[in-house]
Amino acid sequence: MTDVAGAMGAGRPDPAGNRPTLDERRLRRRYAAERRFKAYGIVAIGIAMAALAWLLFSIVAQGYQAFVHTHIKLEVFFDAQQLDPSGRNTPEALARGNYGAVYKSALRDRFSDVRKRRDRRALYSLLSQGAEDDLRAMVLSDPSIVGTRKEVWLTASDHVDMLLKGKIDRDRPERERPIKDRHLAWIDSLIADGKVETRFNTRFFSAGASREPELAGIRGAIMGSFFTMMVTLLLSFPVGVGAAVYLEEFAPRNRWTDLIEVNINNLAAVPSIVFGLLGLAVILNFFGVPRSAPLAGGMVLALMTLPTIIIATRAALKAVPPSIREAALGIGASKLQVITHHVLPLALPGILTGTIIGMAQALGETAPLLMIGMVAFIVDIPTDPLSPATVLPVQIYLWSDMPERSFVEKTSAAIMVLLGFLVVMNAIAIYLRRKFERRW
Amino acid sequence: MSPLSLIAALLALSIFGFYFGRRRAFAMAGGRGRSLHSRPGYYGAYVALWCAIPALAIFAIWLIVQPSVTESVVIAALPDALRDLGPDRMSLLLNDIRNVAAGVIPVERASPEVAAAAAHLNRLNATGNGALAVIALALAVAGLAFARSRLAPTLRARNGVEKTVDILLIACSSIAILTTVGIVLSLLFESIRFFGKIPFFDFVLGIQWSPQTALRDDQVGAAGLFGAIPLFAGTMLITAIAMSIAVPVGLLSAIYLSDYADLRVRAAVKPVLEILAGIPTVVYGFFAALTVAPLFRGMGEAVGLDVASESALAAGTVMGIMIIPFISSLSDDVMNAVPQALRNGSLAMGATKSETIKRVILPAALPGIFAACLLAVSRAIGETMIVVMAAGLAANLTANPFEAVTTVTVQIVTLLIGDQEFDSAKTLAAFALGLALFVITLAMNVVALHVVRKYREQYD
Repeated sequence: MTDVAGAMGAGRPDPAGNRPTLDERRLRRRYAAERRFKAYGIVAIGIAMAALAWLLFSIVAQGYQAFVHTHIKLEVFFDAQQLDPSGRNTPEALARGNYGAVYKSALRDRFSDVRKRRDRRALYSLLSQGAEDDLRAMVLSDPSIVGTRKEVWLTASDHVDMLLKGKIDRDRPERERPIKDRHLAWIDSLIADGKVETRFNTRFFSAGASREPELAGIRGAIMGSFFTMMVTLLLSFPVGVGAAVYLEEFAPRNRWTDLIEVNINNLAAVPSIVFGLLGLAVILNFFGVPRSAPLAGGMVLALMTLPTIIIATRAALKAVPPSIREAALGIGASKLQVITHHVLPLALPGILTGTIIGMAQALGETAPLLMIGMVAFIVDIPTDPLSPATVLPVQIYLWSDMPERSFVEKTSAAIMVLLGFLVVMNAIAIYLRRKFERRW
Repeated sequence: MSPLSLIAALLALSIFGFYFGRRRAFAMAGGRGRSLHSRPGYYGAYVALWCAIPALAIFAIWLIVQPSVTESVVIAALPDALRDLGPDRMSLLLNDIRNVAAGVIPVERASPEVAAAAAHLNRLNATGNGALAVIALALAVAGLAFARSRLAPTLRARNGVEKTVDILLIACSSIAILTTVGIVLSLLFESIRFFGKIPFFDFVLGIQWSPQTALRDDQVGAAGLFGAIPLFAGTMLITAIAMSIAVPVGLLSAIYLSDYADLRVRAAVKPVLEILAGIPTVVYGFFAALTVAPLFRGMGEAVGLDVASESALAAGTVMGIMIIPFISSLSDDVMNAVPQALRNGSLAMGATKSETIKRVILPAALPGIFAACLLAVSRAIGETMIVVMAAGLAANLTANPFEAVTTVTVQIVTLLIGDQEFDSAKTLAAFALGLALFVITLAMNVVALHVVRKYREQYD
């Protein structure tokens, strides 16, 4: 726009310092308006970027600590009488041992001056229920430690964890905090001995849902998401590609195909919750698919993903030049052979890109799954598409409702995992597009 | 045999059929492919299709029919006292039996009759699944044998296979239609049942919403109140807040990106804006509920305003952020579609860039921008997770953005989460709300898509 730039120079007062003429003043006003307008645009983009940065920052700031958890080192006596009273030393017998008694007695040994029953119960609350699982895992992996004394790291309770992470304020009055003064004294003594440490929180990735924040993990939700996505992919990919191939390559242009086309465009814009209602009324109540199962969730999400895949596939098919079809037809291929041997392979990168983007949308979808009962509190990790399950976004929703302070951290961490999956999927889609995109 | 392993077995069998048919075709030709009508692969596909399609068809029909058959058998076998219950109680009882049978309710908690019926149901279902497995596999093998017997060099295998594929493709594209029909029918059917219980005008014109149906008949407000006006007012309030953020920000960034930014800036900023569109709504909901709402509440306290912790403002603001990329990318497309000649003409007359945009491009693009906003509004109305997590539950009829309001989608979710009886007005109300939501968003989309299409034709 060199002419505009040149005109800008004309707007300045001349060097002799004469008063600007009316024209010049008007020009200056116009250029000021031009600069203002440009600034509005920059401000608008700034707002959008700032909102994104704020969102991501608040999630990471709230959640990064969930990947570690506080552990307490204690000298534990693996008492054979508690762990293996029958003396059989088989894994089944060892798995049933009284591990609670073992870590409790270890705590009593460490703080031998605590005598009163109530104080002892408070003392036990330093450690989590998960300490039993820690001990059980140790014994089962190496049964020979039964009967010996050993220093081991055990999972601390979530209140201790929150205190160490600075989320509970020590200076608040005692009544208002879940950690009492005597807890503080014990913890400080442990810290002074170097017996408190934050370690990587493996349980967050290996455990299912739990009401105890320190025991809760996302494994169950991830497996649920995995099965749901598998069902979605298996249903929506073949059907979507088939529909697109038909509409793009076979369909005569008539009322019926017009109707289908308008329909697909409208389906893409139907609110997701309406798909949930459809799933409830048709898939659960009419077809009798089990409630809460990834199969039902996958079917609903497949219907939602279908328009995305169809639209992307049609675009990819359209991009294949007609000369290729004509060449294949010319040497005697049938229409189906032209498509399966030539057009589809050439359009495949575009189809896959669209499919991955559709799957990424489906992975983040929550509302329709709430309708078909994938919100149940499910502790067991699902093993197949028919067992009750929940998915990662629904888990996030459920955790965000939990009153405990440490679930905020868990929720943010689960969001980070979900966003991580989405970033990976979109990166694959972009890579595919870059690598295989062809200009004809 | 579980349905999943049966499907796996059927698929394995048809893959075997494919290789078997192809080998057979090679053998028939004696190594000279030219004596065959079709290429050998088509003979394989011919056998595989005969093997898979009848078996899968029987499988699908069986799975749909089996539950109703087994349940009616179970009902017929119930003790007389239970069998004479009214239809409402009967469906509750049936639900119990189903839950016990599926293991959702532990057997110990159920009454002995229900436990027995559940065991009966499980036995019947196991028998049914077994019979299905036998029949489907037998049909698959029979199909295989039949196709094998028809294999001959003169068999027009390719034509047969292509005809079948044609039909399958048509079936695929009809699923889109079936989905719409399914949505409309299920919403309509349940809504009609709802309006059988609650008069239509009480729903459309009522200004009180409290769907808690009482446990006893003599409680106050036993029937529940189903006036939908407060819900739609709440939805409109939140949507208006969202649009008042998204439209200026989205439109101005689209203008800047399409007319001012150089290519490098454009290449960097556009994907960042698209990230906003890719973030799942549950994440926005969490952000609204735990970061934005407390912030607004604190800011309100600082200036002496009473801001509810579930204020419409917080939900609307975050929804606005979510919609920004929607508006910006749609209006970017629309403005790019305005012919360059209009731009050049205006610049040649001495107009500045902003004057060109304001006086030439925006007026020319206005219908498209209007359509983009309409699509964004329909998106905002149907948005669920942000409002479920950050907006209120109580239906207030207010225009004050600092108060908590509830929306249509929030109510659908709260009515349907948890245990439900399918006949109560409460559950059916969710479908009536869903129908209203569907009709409104559909109307907006149809208008918007129509405008966009017409507008495109105008400049093509």
